[in-house]
Amino acid sequence: MTTKTNTDTLKNGNANGENGIPKYSSKDFSSDQDVRWCPGCGDYTILKQVQNVMPDIGVLKKDIVFISGIGCAARFPYYMDTFGMHSIHGRAPAIATGLKVSRPELSVWIITGDGDSLSIGANHFVQLLRRNVDVNLLLFNNQIYGLTKGQYSPTAPEGTISKSTPFGSIDHPFNPLQLSMGADGTFIARAMDRDPKHLQKMLLRASEHKGTSMLEILQNCIVFNDGAFELFTDKKSRPRETIYLEHGEPLIFGTDHEKGLRLDGLTPEVVELSSEFSKDDLWVHDEKDKTKADLLTRFFEHPHNGEHLKFPRPFGVLYDVDRPTYDEGVTIQNAEALKRSKPDLDALLQGPETWEVS
Amino acid sequence: MTTKDQVREEVTIRFAGDSGDGMQLTGSLFTNTTALLGNDLRTLPEFPAEIRAPAGTVPGVSSFQLHFGSTEIMTPGDVCDVLVVMNSAALKANLSLLKKGGIIIANTDGFDKKNLNLAKYPEGVNPLEDGSLDSYRVYEVDVSSMTKEALSETDLSYKEVDRCKNMFVLGLLFWMYNRPVEPTIKFLQKKFEKEPRIADANVNVLKTGYHFGETAEIFSSRYTVEEADLKPGTYRNITGNESTVLGLVAATQKSGLPLFFGSYPITPASDILHGLSRHKNFGVTTFQAEDEIAAVSSAIGAAFGGHIGVTSSSGPGIALKGEAMGLAVMLELPLVVLNIQRAGPSTGMPTKTEQADLLQAMYGRNGESPMVIVAPKSPADCFNMAFEACRIALEHMIPVMYLSDGYLANGSEPWKFPQEKDLKDIKVRFEPPRENSDEPFLPYLRDENHVRSWAIPGTEGIEHRVGGLEKEDGTGNVSYDPDNHEKMVKLREAKRNKVADFIPLQEIDQGKPTGDVLVLGWGSTYGSIRTAVGQLRRDGMDISHAHLNYISPFPRNLEELLRGFETVIVPEINNGQLVRLIRDEFLIPAKPINKIKGRPFGVQELKDAILNILSEKQTVTES
Ligand SMILES: Cc1ncc(C[n+]2csc(CCOP(=O)(O)OP(=O)(O)O)c2C)c(N)n1
Ligand code: SF4
Ligand SMILES: [Mg+2]
Repeated sequence: MTTKTNTDTLKNGNANGENGIPKYSSKDFSSDQDVRWCPGCGDYTILKQVQNVMPDIGVLKKDIVFISGIGCAARFPYYMDTFGMHSIHGRAPAIATGLKVSRPELSVWIITGDGDSLSIGANHFVQLLRRNVDVNLLLFNNQIYGLTKGQYSPTAPEGTISKSTPFGSIDHPFNPLQLSMGADGTFIARAMDRDPKHLQKMLLRASEHKGTSMLEILQNCIVFNDGAFELFTDKKSRPRETIYLEHGEPLIFGTDHEKGLRLDGLTPEVVELSSEFSKDDLWVHDEKDKTKADLLTRFFEHPHNGEHLKFPRPFGVLYDVDRPTYDEGVTIQNAEALKRSKPDLDALLQGPETWEVS
Repeated sequence: MTTKDQVREEVTIRFAGDSGDGMQLTGSLFTNTTALLGNDLRTLPEFPAEIRAPAGTVPGVSSFQLHFGSTEIMTPGDVCDVLVVMNSAALKANLSLLKKGGIIIANTDGFDKKNLNLAKYPEGVNPLEDGSLDSYRVYEVDVSSMTKEALSETDLSYKEVDRCKNMFVLGLLFWMYNRPVEPTIKFLQKKFEKEPRIADANVNVLKTGYHFGETAEIFSSRYTVEEADLKPGTYRNITGNESTVLGLVAATQKSGLPLFFGSYPITPASDILHGLSRHKNFGVTTFQAEDEIAAVSSAIGAAFGGHIGVTSSSGPGIALKGEAMGLAVMLELPLVVLNIQRAGPSTGMPTKTEQADLLQAMYGRNGESPMVIVAPKSPADCFNMAFEACRIALEHMIPVMYLSDGYLANGSEPWKFPQEKDLKDIKVRFEPPRENSDEPFLPYLRDENHVRSWAIPGTEGIEHRVGGLEKEDGTGNVSYDPDNHEKMVKLREAKRNKVADFIPLQEIDQGKPTGDVLVLGWGSTYGSIRTAVGQLRRDGMDISHAHLNYISPFPRNLEELLRGFETVIVPEINNGQLVRLIRDEFLIPAKPINKIKGRPFGVQELKDAILNILSEKQTVTES
């Protein structure tokens, strides 16, 4: 570009003078602001895990940006010692798109809640996924509007008793992962606040993926929706009601790893690993297989009074494929335009046809 | 019969036909040739909101008006001297705009039974035959059949032949007004480079139309309009939306910054998106967002990243952008919002012009949310003000609203375009990187103009957070402190007001600097007011005209200037908006003139309205 950007010069600055990343600790990513979530809120552990993985994503601190909408979750950027913007309700994906497209070298993270992303900002959420902008979206799903003090959200199961639905909600909830599949997302994963190790792993995977990484994090709102995910987070029921996905590994779960998922054609079934079925009969997880990923997103029963679920809720990376990113496409097209014709403002101002007046 | 050659100082021609008849192209081509001949001119295209309203009906009529002359031409003309109608619906829709005694050129084929029915003329009534047009000079020309005949030797389909009709009319008018056909031939050959048979057919019909004028011996007069006395220099013709695009591109070159343009299509703003998307080589990125909220939000994201963030829309879309504009006010980031106004409220009249979003620009956001407001006054001036919008946004770290409208957007005029070297540099202040500094970085530290520095991601050592929550001055940390909030509200306003020191003082456009009457306008009413005031002055009135390009803040000397006049009159294409701001700000009993018909002021109606106000005033003082 002949338009010399002041940012070009800035881009090259690096604390070490070389291209190496300084050895950051998680503390380096903690800002001086007091964290103001309710004591016991799931947001704390998510913040902690994000701060823990930041040193390992291979990006200079000056190049990391957190952008959020509005909600309890959306306070997140204030607590990160990176660049950050706490914006307006639902619009973080659009703001992040503008930032990433103009500054593709930045590592851009979107922090959003279930109301933020799936109610007011649902349009931007699906458009982001379809465009496949290379950003990471962390969806803090607590199935409730926390900040406005406890109304049901678009992920709240039917019948949810909340401030605005004293007789139970009538809305049918979104399945965020299936919605993401429908929007042709290229990275779709699920984690929970109560399994920090796994959450860390998922954050790293999200960071590695080129394209929009959609990571749903089940997050407990201790004040307005405590225990919504207990069936999945409770150490006792977790092995039975969840399944942790590993690429290339058979789908096994259960307290004693005694159960597995098998595909009968395209129909999934839960089988007992006994004499009839062995590991070799099971469905092997393939993150690149859209059909299988799609089936996994459908395991989405809502726990009812602790009742056992027919299919376990999947955690891990359901889907991870490559598709050209929007920001990359823009960069290429802009570069090609520049190659085709040098910017010449005087020629442009003059236009195709002129005449002289003397 | 012999044709008389007559000289005219100015002429207004209106081309009208079905939206499928190519009247916009015909008008533009006539305009281009007219510009090349050195006439001053203004144009006003008017098209239906529907893409293809039922053919032959009144709602389907599309028109293009051109006013040109050897004198200064500042408006597209109140009424026309010549009305070209391709069908009866076009006559019905436009006859009221023709001068008494004016010329009608009617395509007879468009007045058959079917067309008369479609235009809803009563059964058995044909205006060409019933004497209702006796006070005009009517030329009936069978355009369709002469076009067909001219192309009888070709293998063009019926439809392709029919599409050439407009060239016949164009050729005929070129003959009538003594204009060469060559520039149009060149254009057609280029446009249909890949389809020479279509190019040949159009050229053929164009010439046939011209020769028809020459040989038919039905036209009693032929007219010449001499060159206008324009300032010497090189000119081009330009519409408002085109020059808006150029103003933005120029800003990239004079600031050294790339530009990010987020937009969602809407009439009459879309051409800016179309235009900019062709200039990616200037460091322009265009993003067609999913809606106007995403459009403005993406521009804010880009502005956070250090690019020139621009978004455009019209009324309904601007309403959607409100919350995000407030965010930009709060973040104190540069942002340019282009509002190409149209008649509202709601969807209103999408293809009709209006200036009714001024109060929305001023007050249409929640909280105390001051933005800068600028407004271009002519199609070519859109270049200056789009550039100014960028300059102010970038140098003052503030969102700027740019108020153009449908009339400026689509209207055109000759433009003595500037050169890059004539344009001001735009200076931005990026926060520099810092290494191992112990002092905390204060993102909301301000300079003497209350402007903070632009602290962009990627800059070492200045990691910080911004947000829509009220912030503490200096640190930018979230603050609910009552005194701080009041301080910040006042600071943001003071920052906006300080822009007044960096814009030109208000000048009088014509007339004395003090006196009896001042007509104060803003935006697209410039041409009408200038012409009306000019004529009144020639009639001996003591009247002056000033026109605002900068509305928020007002130029520093505006109050003094206004107080120099006995009476201040504010004409607007709305129900009275600037007039309220003037009264409110200066306690001056300014008098409104309002027109809310989706069309610009006519010169005569404006003169009448001004005289009317003055005579009322007189009666009051006399009684
Ligand atoms: C335009 C707008 N509408 C409504 C609100 C009020 N509001 C703030 S947060 C919120 C819901 C947040 O829910 P969620 O995204 O699930 O976040 P959580 O608080 O649960 O983390 C609402 C409705 C707002 N700030 N802005
Ligand atoms: S309301 Fe719920 S989500 Fe919000 S901070 Fe408190 S516990 Fe967390
Ligand atoms: Mg929530």
